[in-house]
Amino acid sequence: MFLWRIEVKDKPGIFDAIGEGIKKDILDLGINTVWDVRFVQVYNIKGELTEEQAKRICEELLVDRITQDYYLNPNHNLKNAPNNFIIEVAYNPGVMDPVEDSVLKGIRDLGIDSVTSVKTAKKYIIKGKLSPHQLRIISEKLLYNKLIQHIVKSRFRESSLLFGTEPRYQFKLITLDLLNASDKELMRISKEGQLFLNLFEMRAIKDYFKRLKRNPTDCELETIAQTWSEHCIHKTFKGRILYQERLKDAKLLVKTRSSFYINNLLKSTIMKVTQQLKKPWCVSVFKDNSGIIRFDKRYNICFKVETHNHPSALEPFGGANTGIGGVIRDPLGTGLGAKPIFNTDVFCFGPPDYPFYKLPKGILHPKRIMKGVVSGVRDYGNKMGIPTVNGAVLFHERFVGNPLVYCGTVGILPKEKSFKKPKVGDLIVLVGGRTGRDGIHGATFSSGELTHESERISSGAVQIGNPIQEKKMLDVILAARDIHLYNAITDCGGGGLSSAVGEMGKDLGVKVDLEKVPLKYEGLSYTEIWISESQERMILSVPPKNIDRLIKLFKDENVEATVIGEFTNTKRLKLYYQGNLVCDLKMSFLHKGLPKRTKKAIFIQPKFKEPGFACPDDLTDYLFKLLSNYNICSKEWVIRQYDHEVQGGSVLKPLVGINNDGPSDAAIVRPILDSKKGVIVSCGINFRFGFIDPYWMAGSCIDEALRQIIAVGGSLKEVALLDNFCWGNPDKPDRLGSLVRAAYGCYDIAKGFGVPFISGKDSLNNEFKLKNKTIAIPGTLLISAIAVMEDVTKAISMYLKTPGDLIYIVGMTYPELGGSHYYELFGKMGNNVPKVDVNLAKKIFSALNKASSLGLIKAMHDCSEGGMAVTCAEMAFSGNLGMEIFLKEVPFISKSPIPDSRSQKRDDFILFSESNSRFIVEVERKKQKEFERILKGIPFGLIGCVSPKKDFRVYGLNGKICINANIKDLKVAWQRPLRW
Amino acid sequence: MRKARVCVLRTAGTNCDQETAFAFSKVDAQVELVHINRLIERKKALLDYDILAIPGGFTYGDDVAAGKILANELRFKLKEDLKRFIQRGKLIIGICNGFQVLVKSGLLPGQDDFKQEASLIINDSARFEDRWVYLKNFSNKCIWTRNLPEIIYLPVAHGEGKFVVKDKATLIRLNKNGQIVFRYSDEKGKLKSYPYNPNGSQDNIAGICDETGRIFGLMPHPERHIDFLQHPHWIKRKNKEGDGLQIFKNGIEYARLYL
Repeated sequence: MFLWRIEVKDKPGIFDAIGEGIKKDILDLGINTVWDVRFVQVYNIKGELTEEQAKRICEELLVDRITQDYYLNPNHNLKNAPNNFIIEVAYNPGVMDPVEDSVLKGIRDLGIDSVTSVKTAKKYIIKGKLSPHQLRIISEKLLYNKLIQHIVKSRFRESSLLFGTEPRYQFKLITLDLLNASDKELMRISKEGQLFLNLFEMRAIKDYFKRLKRNPTDCELETIAQTWSEHCIHKTFKGRILYQERLKDAKLLVKTRSSFYINNLLKSTIMKVTQQLKKPWCVSVFKDNSGIIRFDKRYNICFKVETHNHPSALEPFGGANTGIGGVIRDPLGTGLGAKPIFNTDVFCFGPPDYPFYKLPKGILHPKRIMKGVVSGVRDYGNKMGIPTVNGAVLFHERFVGNPLVYCGTVGILPKEKSFKKPKVGDLIVLVGGRTGRDGIHGATFSSGELTHESERISSGAVQIGNPIQEKKMLDVILAARDIHLYNAITDCGGGGLSSAVGEMGKDLGVKVDLEKVPLKYEGLSYTEIWISESQERMILSVPPKNIDRLIKLFKDENVEATVIGEFTNTKRLKLYYQGNLVCDLKMSFLHKGLPKRTKKAIFIQPKFKEPGFACPDDLTDYLFKLLSNYNICSKEWVIRQYDHEVQGGSVLKPLVGINNDGPSDAAIVRPILDSKKGVIVSCGINFRFGFIDPYWMAGSCIDEALRQIIAVGGSLKEVALLDNFCWGNPDKPDRLGSLVRAAYGCYDIAKGFGVPFISGKDSLNNEFKLKNKTIAIPGTLLISAIAVMEDVTKAISMYLKTPGDLIYIVGMTYPELGGSHYYELFGKMGNNVPKVDVNLAKKIFSALNKASSLGLIKAMHDCSEGGMAVTCAEMAFSGNLGMEIFLKEVPFISKSPIPDSRSQKRDDFILFSESNSRFIVEVERKKQKEFERILKGIPFGLIGCVSPKKDFRVYGLNGKICINANIKDLKVAWQRPLRW
Repeated sequence: MRKARVCVLRTAGTNCDQETAFAFSKVDAQVELVHINRLIERKKALLDYDILAIPGGFTYGDDVAAGKILANELRFKLKEDLKRFIQRGKLIIGICNGFQVLVKSGLLPGQDDFKQEASLIINDSARFEDRWVYLKNFSNKCIWTRNLPEIIYLPVAHGEGKFVVKDKATLIRLNKNGQIVFRYSDEKGKLKSYPYNPNGSQDNIAGICDETGRIFGLMPHPERHIDFLQHPHWIKRKNKEGDGLQIFKNGIEYARLYL
């Protein structure tokens, strides 16, 4: 027989965890008429097998005989019986089945070689009372995503669908008539080809080919579109901008003029900090796949953060999965290759309790997106054996249509492997996974806005990763690196081979024979091969004398390595398919031919209504509400799903405290297990401040990332920053205006702190188009920071340690409630956004660093979302100890350091202001004098002490209790919202 | 003195190989990371080593079921070598994914010839979880857990760690033979349910050994707690050796004395 179907299900009496999980999710949808869900794993196997062989495959491989039963070619009907519904979900044709490779290997290991293909499906047997409508809701909301999967309707049709073969590709050179095209036709060509090129760019291309007196091939046009996409070349950040500011106070201008031209925003702000600071420990910045700094005498470390927003909106699991997979390849493709040592992730979603009826068409519910994204990161990061140690999760309505998924990876590499240089005559070697039709147009897709039709048009941009393929590849690449087998390496990310090979060879010249690229299946055209964004692939530049050794090394660990071309000295990109020239472009045009246009940007300072309410007498309730705010509450449900301890280097974990469930400020990792040297990683993000002023949002993000480093015992001596701007459409002047202002905030504050940027990335066009309006995300800046820590045994954690110890606040509190979570409780925004007094902050940071290195600090936690009240509560319940706080001891100034309205001193303002550069510190009584001596000249207050009881008490300015709560209750409030 | 020789086995998806090797080298073993292809091609011989360590990870993606495909590879491609290795009284340790491999290949609990008698299946919570757990030591037989305090503290990080046996008789036999090595407990040694028992394991079982006490497998990661800095509360406790280190010491000590 040729086609076999195997169904595997748990034996009666075995707890069906997957089925039970789905039952719970169905209940979450508000459907309470389901009493049982069973999960059945289906394997469809193609191959000439005897019944005995098929049974052997089941019993020896596919079935766990202890807990599972199986049916071989069962006659079960797919039709639903009353109260018994069967839903079977299979992958769409062309979507990689992530399990196929392993199952095929497993079957071959049994000595059976006749199986050619395996396709899996998931079958759910749902028992309950359900209307067809409810059944459809369950399927669509929980069980499948139509972009990559479908519901099996008929068994017969299914097998031809699953195993249908692609027609062979017949070569035919395609050219597009640009020479005779009108502007209208140019734009039609751009749109139909999903090139996302604007008219000016299309005209420039037309002019280029006019000079050549010929029309471009489809491959040439695609190559230009990929190279010129926002994703690859960052034309907004590097282009020309006319910027205007309208502010109520001229002192707030980023420059002295209210309008000026910027030639290259990146070079005028972010990169300028680094250039001016000239830190000797910055090894390679803004040129490689990630930024490199010095770690110790033998090693450097590198860091990159990327976003994968649009794919995650459409297919959360696959989008996040390939997002983390992609950023892992950045350090791996840095210098001659770095070993990834940890990941970071930061997400912004719509509120998890967003009403279903408000959800626009074509959009997945925020909770489903969040669950899918977390699973995607979990799957890839854990399987790669890279600990995920730091991150943040934030929520806002404007992320409903366009979530943000930031993924970062830090790598370590030997000092002498920090630079790459491909040489003329080197062979271009493609290693790793095979090339398929997946991910076509990912780079250009990310350069447009999402619409409800995105799921239809751009489904090719969505894919699923294969982490084990990447892990295998990583292992061999590092081995090849250590025996010097190649001269350069880079990853295939957005734009696929087009971008990887084109970029690596831009100073030399490239010749590639596209038919040599190993394919997943037949039928790909030369252009598809060239621009496919199939995952888990890297490009090496290998001297011919090393090629045999290199290919053997890869083969030894079952990783494909294929020579697809060579680097030449022609300064041209030449591509062939079966001997036919399909692309011949000058490197200079490709990389420098993008026409520069001036974009308009304007920032008009918004004016929000100042809330006029009086200070409530009892603030206990407000503290509870803040702790339960989605942005503030515990993210344990997310963090636990990540392996944050693999590689053994974790020194300060993301969850700390007596019960390992408190929120750590930053993570510390020791990459070299027999050394005391560590890496601290932290992040700052707060889009709410950006509603008021993006400049101070940037300042606050930098301050937050840096103060977290201080809070865990680090110093500012060797700290590097990364910027990730996620913004709306940069062609709209208001979006671009706020982006520019944020970039200037980055420059001023980072420069003030003396901390350089080493890498960054922008993701623009984060907008969702509805019928007649567009919803842009709030402009969201993520600042990630890494610091080298000389001695990790000096680390500080955030939870209270000993009853009787003293509690200090260090830093100045201002009535900066603008954009605070406290005001949000009242539905207000306010205007007095937190500022950064860099000179004071630097003094505070360095004093606290001195105190922690002298061993004077028992616990320290920075004040951020929810202000000092939330900080103190978190310290208390994480240490399972009470606290008494006296607000009259908190240093407070009614006027901000930057001109702003004056406001009064009130209990709630002191407790919930989100002023920057502040810390709560626990100090042993006998160290009081020494600690206070170090803080001389810095605002601080001895505000209370650690109590042995479980009460959390705050005494207001009038001496009366204004917060009185049990720490257990506070903890429950903080843990409940996202405990799924 | 001759150093004990350790083979840390790796293949596609292995990912705790380096820290496992580091733990062995810290107790003065001679460690080698060996890809399974080299053993199958006979370029390396299993019998040249005293200890086989199968580390954590997601071998072959844990596709089909955790550890299954590597377990089959051992059963079908290295069976004779493994039999001889065991006959000579050598040692095997499987950690996390390695434990799953040992159980699914039938090397643990190891009554019949490579026949699976137990399994490690998906956690009751239906998701991967990373958390620290207390383990109570129940075995006098296992050579790997000698001289350990009664309760130790190690992290688990897995999605398929729920230990189940074929039938009641197997469980009784394991108990009677002293093959149950670790059970999940609270800090005082009391057996408790989730989250103390992080995956819903039958009888709270976290690790077992074979009848000789020389083959040992466990879901928690001793290699992630060999140094005081890895303990979640090290800042409060200061300077104590990691609980997991003794396990590696025991293996090396045994190999030195008897192999």
